[in-house]
Amino acid sequence: MALPEISRSMLKNSLVLGTFAVLTVGVVAVTQLGTAESIEKAQHEAKMQALAQILPSGSYDNHLLDGSRPVTDPLLGNKGATPAYLATLKGEPAAVILQATAPDGYSGSISLLIGILADGRLASVRVLKHRETPGLGDKIELAKNPWIGSFAGKSLNAPTEAGWTVKKDGGQFDQFAGATITPRAVVKAVHKALLYFDAHRAELLKPVEKHNG
Amino acid sequence: MASYREIAVNGLWKNNPGLVQLLGLCPLLGVSNSVVNALGMGLATALVLACSNAAVALIRGAVTDAVRLPVFVMIIAALTTCIELLMQAFTYELHQILGIFIPLITTNCIILGRAEAFAAKNNVAHAGFDGLMMGSGFGLVMVAIGAVRELLGTGALLANMQLLFGPLAANWQVTVIPGYQGFLLAILPPGAFLVLGLLIAGKNRLDEILAARTKARQPEVPVPSRRVRVTGVIE
Repeated sequence: MALPEISRSMLKNSLVLGTFAVLTVGVVAVTQLGTAESIEKAQHEAKMQALAQILPSGSYDNHLLDGSRPVTDPLLGNKGATPAYLATLKGEPAAVILQATAPDGYSGSISLLIGILADGRLASVRVLKHRETPGLGDKIELAKNPWIGSFAGKSLNAPTEAGWTVKKDGGQFDQFAGATITPRAVVKAVHKALLYFDAHRAELLKPVEKHNG
Repeated sequence: MASYREIAVNGLWKNNPGLVQLLGLCPLLGVSNSVVNALGMGLATALVLACSNAAVALIRGAVTDAVRLPVFVMIIAALTTCIELLMQAFTYELHQILGIFIPLITTNCIILGRAEAFAAKNNVAHAGFDGLMMGSGFGLVMVAIGAVRELLGTGALLANMQLLFGPLAANWQVTVIPGYQGFLLAILPPGAFLVLGLLIAGKNRLDEILAARTKARQPEVPVPSRRVRVTGVIE
């Protein structure tokens, strides 16, 4: 039975489109299979590098990526649960690395990695992701300015509550010329993370049960 | 049919996508704030463009007119996804910096434009070469803008090249102006517009000078007198 002209061209066109859909999906699938392992390795390495910057080497002896548990709390400001990494030295809890988000940066939220020693002092703070103005607010990156290092050794009581803001607001922390909002947001987020640590210290320092143990 | 020489001149200079066609402005202005970002983006775009042109030329006989555009877009999207996966695997940090601009290569008008205007009418070798030349033209303009912005903005050049070339490139940075305070405007988006405008003006001026020089070199051709119609109604 002969098909009318229009049906025939519709059939042909849909066959062509279908063939190319299968072909292109095939190419993407093969590439994905071929790169999946390298991508996972790259992500793992990037994460390891970020975590290794937070705590001095030698202050812990466990594999940080293995010892994490999901935490969620309004004080941390994250959307959804984020991992809290527990660092241990000879089986004793040494420090916790938390991920926190400062929602009130100059252009959007600032994502932070905060290392807190078991005694409540800050090990160090690093910025994971931000969209602050280049040349002004981006001085929160260690590569641009040593400012972020000023958190090391600070704790909830030193400085006191009133000191936990930028100097312009009567606090202890420097602001940048032309950029106060960014450091203010970072200081606030770090302070909140310390409050969170203080309230949940016991459970954060508890050993992480091994999965698939 | 165009010769390879013509194709190269067309892509790199005469019909440069960045300076003449002004296509793909979004990545051109968006990620040209340093040499490394511009180079990474330019290479990715050139690679997608060369591959998509070759692929389109290869299948041009098999695709009917009615469905050619969806097929071209599918090819371009698949190639872009492959490049994105490769960048994630081998230049992870650069991929994080360029972010959304990589998948957006799919929507770069240069790529569909070349597929439709050139690759669909030429053989595979010519089409692939055209893609490579158009992509290089685009990439070179991007790197030029990136270099000017990085220099004006930070006083240095080639910072963070290790993102693209591995740890060995970490010390490629050249501090051109020591103790430079930084010039914010060059790094912010308006700086990209200004630099692009100056580059276009520079190219046009250069073309003018070249044209004047060739004209001066040629012997004057006497203008033949023309008959001018002076009566009747001009239709």
